[in-house]
Amino acid sequence: MNKILLIIQREYVTRVRKKAFLVMMFAVPLLVAGMFKLIAYVAKDSDQISKPQTVKVIDESHQFEGKLKNAKNIQFVPTNEPLEQAKAGLKDNEDLSVLLISKDYAHKPVQFFSKKKPSFTLTGEVENQMNQIASTNTMLANHIDTALINKAQKNKVSVSAMEVTDAGTKDADVGASMGVGVACAILIYMSLFIYGAQVMRGVIEEKTSRIIEVIISSVKPFQLMLGKIIGVGLVGLTQFGAWIILSVLATKIGGQHASGGMAQFLVTLQNLPFGYILFCFLFYFITGYLLYSALFAAVGSAVDSETETQQFMFPITMPLLFTYLLSVTVLFRAPDSPLAVWLSMIPFTAPVAMMIRIPFGGVGPWELAISMTLMVVGFLFTTYVAARIYRVGVLMYGKKASFKELAKWFFYKE
Amino acid sequence: MLSIRNIVKQYAGHRALDDVSLEVESGKIFGLLGPNGAGKTSLIRIINQITAPDSGEILFNGVKLNQSHIERIGYLPEERGLYKKMEIGEQMIYLARLKGLTRDDATQKLKFWFKKLDMESWWKKKIEELSKGMQQKAQFVATVLHEPDLIILDEPFSGFDPVNAELIKDEILELNRKGATILFSTHRMESVEELCDSIALIHKSHKILDGRVKHIRNSYKNETYLVEYTGDQLAFDGSQPFEVISETAGEDNSNTIKIKLSDNSANDVLQYLLPKTRINMLQEVIPSMNEIFIEKVNLIN
Repeated sequence: MNKILLIIQREYVTRVRKKAFLVMMFAVPLLVAGMFKLIAYVAKDSDQISKPQTVKVIDESHQFEGKLKNAKNIQFVPTNEPLEQAKAGLKDNEDLSVLLISKDYAHKPVQFFSKKKPSFTLTGEVENQMNQIASTNTMLANHIDTALINKAQKNKVSVSAMEVTDAGTKDADVGASMGVGVACAILIYMSLFIYGAQVMRGVIEEKTSRIIEVIISSVKPFQLMLGKIIGVGLVGLTQFGAWIILSVLATKIGGQHASGGMAQFLVTLQNLPFGYILFCFLFYFITGYLLYSALFAAVGSAVDSETETQQFMFPITMPLLFTYLLSVTVLFRAPDSPLAVWLSMIPFTAPVAMMIRIPFGGVGPWELAISMTLMVVGFLFTTYVAARIYRVGVLMYGKKASFKELAKWFFYKE
Repeated sequence: MLSIRNIVKQYAGHRALDDVSLEVESGKIFGLLGPNGAGKTSLIRIINQITAPDSGEILFNGVKLNQSHIERIGYLPEERGLYKKMEIGEQMIYLARLKGLTRDDATQKLKFWFKKLDMESWWKKKIEELSKGMQQKAQFVATVLHEPDLIILDEPFSGFDPVNAELIKDEILELNRKGATILFSTHRMESVEELCDSIALIHKSHKILDGRVKHIRNSYKNETYLVEYTGDQLAFDGSQPFEVISETAGEDNSNTIKIKLSDNSANDVLQYLLPKTRINMLQEVIPSMNEIFIEKVNLIN
């Protein structure tokens, strides 16, 4: 037992000390922070009108005179200036624009001039008002009672998604759930690969440098394999821990500048059961990692160099890749479909499939219990199989291993 | 120290060891000799508990070999290797701790060895920065750092330059004098012949010969002698009390004959030759381990 601790310590310390680890640790949260900043910036730029805007209206049709109403930060000023003269003033003033309504506005497009590309809010507002005015005008011209129409239009039905939970009803923000689900699935998929591959590379390194024989004359191959898996896993957890802490900080800082839609998104994010999601994420990361890294270790033991791993990697990573692709294309839109439920039960696919489903809250306690139990059974099984292959594989040199060969190793006696 | 009893190791397709039994005496140097692929490494791996035999057992000081013995064995595998990217000092301490030493103990011992072998400046170096010979030296230190009772060296001198090989040889002899039992394995029989107290010959998974080197060689003596004399070449007419196997002329009017005795002793030979010529040397021919091995293998075939 003591020796496993020694191995874990070495595996952990040599990796954490590397520069790449530190770089990754700070680069990722910085990216997250940068992304939030970018979203906030884009959202602000397109949706919000920060400064009062003046719109000069040249109405050649005279249909809209006095009917355009000033809105928040938007002021309409009718003018009789010729177009060229009005446009000349735009160059010096970013917050000024000119609206040209031609006589035949129904067939010729209405033009909007400004120094910079106008925000959607501004053009949208103009479009909205003009559409309303135009249709009112048409109705008046055809002697339709606009008051009646207005009344009829008040019957607006809006569907608001409410989720019924034990705690009562609450707003179901599907978007946030989707976002978190997909993010979790991607993160778990990538990390299983990254850390699994690290285990594999470590095994190959020990084999090619031939230190393996020195080590296993001191410890059992199983101890070495387990020590390596746990050591690398702890590196992963450390990385996640650092990311979570730094990302929360980054979001807090980035979130202060967020407003409007962005702020709302952050609020709904905060309404998700983060503790529960985090617990599930850690559980599925740890068990999924143990399950896959054991297989990766077995592959590493069977080959002499990393280039030879291809033939074994493909079948091992297939279920994960398959679930991942399904998750980001289909499953996140149907998190409780039979396919999603089944995939979240099979240990090889559950880490990704379950992480997609969990943020939606549709996973029952029984489902979760079965899936988690199967995960534990799954990783115990793969560890057992991998250990039997590993103990033979690490001492085999220059032999091109096939699956048949691996099966033979499995049945070797001590 | 080691009692190896009826070990059988079967691999898919071939039997690496077939009913091999050996006794390695405490405090002695034992040579495990045989050509490549004879099964030496298989046996060594079993002693190191890297693999287990299909049948048979090994006793370590009378106790059935178990995990607790690992710390009392030092093993230098034929394929040398260390972590390339790890600093030497740290790596040596790690390996010693895997053998059960405490960190302080390992550090202290390592300092002693580094000083002894002029390696003090290597402590912070990575293995990949060292030459092959230096790596071997470091690996030797790693093998003996935890002061094992039994040191197993697989092809110990391959890869060393003559100077370092001599250095390592002296270290091994010193460790032996201090009480460690040494088990060599090599296919270059002449290289360990003079070092070993006892040997075993392994050929095609079988032990074909074992015992004390002196006894073995004496038992393979076949009454053959070399005689060197100065003077005119002697003519033998068949009345001499020995059989002449070969004659060679040497420098300065000297001749060497190889003779085989049947019933008589070397004294008779001298008595016969003395009046005839001036004798420089008479020496009994003791076969080398290599010759014995070849003879033994031919006998089996």
